[in-house]
Amino acid sequence: MSSNNAKGKLRLYQLIVLAVFFLLWYALTSPTLLPAIYFDDANQAAFFFGEPQKVLARIWDWFSSGSIYEHLGVTLLETMLAFAIGTVLGLLIGLWLALSPVASAIFDPYITAANSMPRVILAPIFSIWFGLGIWSKVALGVTLVFFIVFFNVYQGVREVSPVVLANVRMLGASQRQLLRHVYLPSATSWVFASLHNSVGLAFVGAVVGEYLGSARGVGYLILQAEGVFDINTVFAGILVLTGFALALDAVVSVIEKRLLVWRPSAGETERSV
Amino acid sequence: MIPALALENISCTFISRDDRSQRYTAVKDTTLVAEEGEFVCVVGPTGCGKSTLLNVAAGLLLPSRGSVRVFGEPLAGINNRAGYLFQAEALMPWRSALDNIIVGLEFRGVERAEAAERGNDWLKRVGLTGFGGRYPHQLSGGMRKRVSLAQTFILNPQILLMDEPFSALDVQTRQLMENELLDLWSAERKSVVFITHDLEEAIALSDRVVVLSAGPETHPIGEYKIDLERPRDVSEIRLTPHFIELHAQIWHTMKEEVLKGYVQQQR
Repeated sequence: MSSNNAKGKLRLYQLIVLAVFFLLWYALTSPTLLPAIYFDDANQAAFFFGEPQKVLARIWDWFSSGSIYEHLGVTLLETMLAFAIGTVLGLLIGLWLALSPVASAIFDPYITAANSMPRVILAPIFSIWFGLGIWSKVALGVTLVFFIVFFNVYQGVREVSPVVLANVRMLGASQRQLLRHVYLPSATSWVFASLHNSVGLAFVGAVVGEYLGSARGVGYLILQAEGVFDINTVFAGILVLTGFALALDAVVSVIEKRLLVWRPSAGETERSV
Repeated sequence: MIPALALENISCTFISRDDRSQRYTAVKDTTLVAEEGEFVCVVGPTGCGKSTLLNVAAGLLLPSRGSVRVFGEPLAGINNRAGYLFQAEALMPWRSALDNIIVGLEFRGVERAEAAERGNDWLKRVGLTGFGGRYPHQLSGGMRKRVSLAQTFILNPQILLMDEPFSALDVQTRQLMENELLDLWSAERKSVVFITHDLEEAIALSDRVVVLSAGPETHPIGEYKIDLERPRDVSEIRLTPHFIELHAQIWHTMKEEVLKGYVQQQR
């Protein structure tokens, strides 16, 4: 029970930090509570930093009226598509290059160059190519996800134990079966290990893409609000995005736990509770 | 009679990838034969190229010179009439014990239900009933070896190649496993080439012991028939006078080579 207690205490402290943060925010931006310390006008702090009660009211408004769901849905769709396409591409090309030393030697400098290029800068080009709909955002997300998956697959194939490989060959595996039963599971385990990273980057790609030009999505909401200096809505959008990212991360953790049962975790013992 | 496995005048020279002039001859002019149903142990000092020989027999490594014959036919590619038990962990960590055992059947296109049935049968034979769903990391070292044993035996290979398979186990587990191996072997009488650096293990298990010289340019320097009666219990047979006699005799040949190997490692 003591560990449960400690956990409860920890949660309490974490909540206190959050409350203090919002209180400070409120106290420092409210036009009436404190005299203006830094700004000439008492309203200026609220103009620049927003007011937490208005931000929360905005979020409440979005969810109670249901108007946010459409935008969240679009952002989620873009994230999922970017993740799926980027992962499949990374997996295929990673497997190919890892298993073909010649191809890998030829493409090596280009892969390195493409990876070090600041790919967010491609967003305007994608807008021109794919229009302002979801596909330009998906494309940006794909370029971000691809390299994470690619490098992990490459590593995963290279790290296959030579003994396991020799053993499987002795057990009669053909080249195709080697790929299917050894390289692929090993590579996917590395991909799953980077799941948090790649889902996170797919999300970044979607939001940044929306922010740079779109007609729907949470990034679009933020862009619109910024255009009319509605700081409260901007912060509301940021908070919603943060919460959404946390939720995505939690889902990924659950999936990861399911898929990687075969992985040893430190100090795992069987207990009869 | 045609031997099950014949390595004829095998030489293996490794060339350094960075410097072509750097060469290392691990094995030189070695001939090794295993008759049908015979249990041959190969002993030699550490680092003398024993594993190299076994990899050649398995078809995993192409010799620089010499030929391999399996039941009279020259070997090309992987030796698919042989099973190989490795010294290191060789199970697929992402497959459960049962799935590891039946993977060879899966490669041969055996139906899942039948494969699972045979797999469960083997789980029972190696004393792991109820552990089929565990992943390798959830099993002890001895259990993992048993899974490896079942994984190889389920395919019923005519030749068994074993590369110090029990060297990582503690003494008690090791003797249990050796007895289990002898039981399995006597039931199915396969040809076995068993590599070890432990002379006692070699004598306790085998019909014939081949002693290799220290590397480089390893070659056989002695061959001894082990005429101890079967069935044997590996922990008891070590105490019989004849065992001790054989041990003294073979050790006399081996001692010098072990010292040579030791000196080379010091360098």
